[in-house]
Amino acid sequence: MTRYILKRFAQSLLTVVLVLLAVFMLLRLMPTSGYFTREDYTEMNETARNAYLRSLGVLDHPLVQFKNFIAKAAQGDLGRSITVYPRTAITEIIAQKIPYSLWFGLAGIGISMSLGLWLGVLMARYKDGLVDALGTAYVVIVRAVPSLIYLFFIQIGVSGLLGWPMVFYEDRALSWILPGLSLALPGLAWYAIWLRRFMVDEENKDYIKFAVAKGLPRGKVMSGHVLRNAIVPLVQYFPVQLLLTIAGSLIIESIYSIPGMGGLLVYAIRQQDNPLVQALVLIYSVLGVFGVFMGDVLMALVDPRIKLAGASPEREAT
Amino acid sequence: MSDRLDSIDRIDPALFTPAPFDAAEAERSGYSRYSYWRSTIRTFFKSPLAIALLALITILTAFSFLYPLLSRTDPNAVALETARWNLKPGAGNGVFGTDGLGRDMWARSWHGARTSLLLGFVIAFIDVGIGMIAGALWGYVRRLDRIMTELYNVLTNIPQTVVLILLSYILRPGFWTIVIALCSTGWLSIARFVRNKVITIRDAEYNVASRCLGTPLSRIIAKNVLPYLVSIVIMEAALTIPYSIGAEVFLGFIGLGLPLDTVSLGNLVNLGKNNFFLYPHQLLWPTAVLATITVSFYIVGNKFADASDPRNHV
Repeated sequence: MTRYILKRFAQSLLTVVLVLLAVFMLLRLMPTSGYFTREDYTEMNETARNAYLRSLGVLDHPLVQFKNFIAKAAQGDLGRSITVYPRTAITEIIAQKIPYSLWFGLAGIGISMSLGLWLGVLMARYKDGLVDALGTAYVVIVRAVPSLIYLFFIQIGVSGLLGWPMVFYEDRALSWILPGLSLALPGLAWYAIWLRRFMVDEENKDYIKFAVAKGLPRGKVMSGHVLRNAIVPLVQYFPVQLLLTIAGSLIIESIYSIPGMGGLLVYAIRQQDNPLVQALVLIYSVLGVFGVFMGDVLMALVDPRIKLAGASPEREAT
Repeated sequence: MSDRLDSIDRIDPALFTPAPFDAAEAERSGYSRYSYWRSTIRTFFKSPLAIALLALITILTAFSFLYPLLSRTDPNAVALETARWNLKPGAGNGVFGTDGLGRDMWARSWHGARTSLLLGFVIAFIDVGIGMIAGALWGYVRRLDRIMTELYNVLTNIPQTVVLILLSYILRPGFWTIVIALCSTGWLSIARFVRNKVITIRDAEYNVASRCLGTPLSRIIAKNVLPYLVSIVIMEAALTIPYSIGAEVFLGFIGLGLPLDTVSLGNLVNLGKNNFFLYPHQLLWPTAVLATITVSFYIVGNKFADASDPRNHV
């Protein structure tokens, strides 16, 4: 077990380094004008610009820069934003934005998990019935129609119908409901469809037939055996979902004007704010990779059938 | 119990004929007339929904590709007189009305559908092609397994949105940029899927038995391995289309999609969204076309996946 965890950890670390290195090198291909605010760029002459770039360390060998960036990041210094929020420390920007994304994200996970698992159980219990058909229709719409479209119609439709505020206001709790629910929709569909599928698979297994043949009541078989085993493959994805709530949802935060993390990376990329892009990619890849790592470890803990040496679990939800 | 034994004793021996040893009979092997493909297709066509949607897809695709050839309405033709702007659908205004510059929405919707479908088809083709080859090698060549698994673990750990956004930004916005951005990660899951399938089938007991009985490798591959993979290909290709159309809408929303003068469903939806309150038809009609396409492909892909599962062949 310890060996498995250590091996996966080393693998994750390597991934983070590779991703960062790739992004870091790609950003070196960008024009250096991204290191100036617009006023600075027009005011400075060629020599002043070069001196400024040298003081930032941008003219060093890229690998030296990479080493410096990692060393600073390890001390909690992610550098300063240049074009998006001129001269503001990135840690400060993030600290202001994370709470919005985090709270909405947690609410979304809470709703999608509780309702999604419940819907999944109902769909499996009444397979081929009305609930199953309605649930499937919901899942198909959420998974096949681009989210921007249905989220937009929900925003317009529901706020119009109930007279709720259309965008997010910090001091009006009523305006928190729609974004929270919208965030839960894809996750809800995901939990429902996979739990249903795994429960149906599980129900057809011999040990379940045996339990039923022995006379165990159906409810007990469902909750004690079917549900318990069907939920195992879903556990793997929980840590990464939890950690990536910090990244926020681009579309939802944008249509409801929530000042969270959602659009920050896109905005930073479009404004060529290289330090901000680097810092955000660092955070997102560390969280993403660490989440997958935690998921694998959790999976190995929960499911005794997993061969610790081999990588691939038998069932996979995607 | 003893009653039973008694009754067995009382059976008339004349009812039975002895079966003597027959060398030819002993060597005869049975085979079933089961054909994977016939069963898959039969199971698929059992569902009326699947048939209806398949017909719908065929008609929509044919129409999207034929319309631009047959119609002379230019989707980018701007009307100079303001009276032609923002017209509601109806007689003389085009089937779907016009947009804010008097461009015909019916023509735009179908030209857009063609662009988006073409995007989906190209991405599906590349994803499935690379995924199949990489997956088959990964599964069949045992020495590659370790390296490929490590590579897969590293690559899938990278957050997808980050890759998508970065690539769309570094390369100039355009059709092939979106293709590259989506394909750079899309082939991975297919390769993994194919690999798992190849390993399962390769080592399945009936294949081991078949090899022991001297079935040539070519026959095993043609009859026992390939059919299963072809069904994966069709399913994955069908599901890639709603995914890539959705990704195009998303990229258009964050301003990294196709150039605005390209008519695509993503651009139409994003433009229509801005004018929704004044002219709802400019969003509703392109959305209806888009949703019909994506939902149909999604359901047909899933129905086909169900049909291609031998457990459903009864």
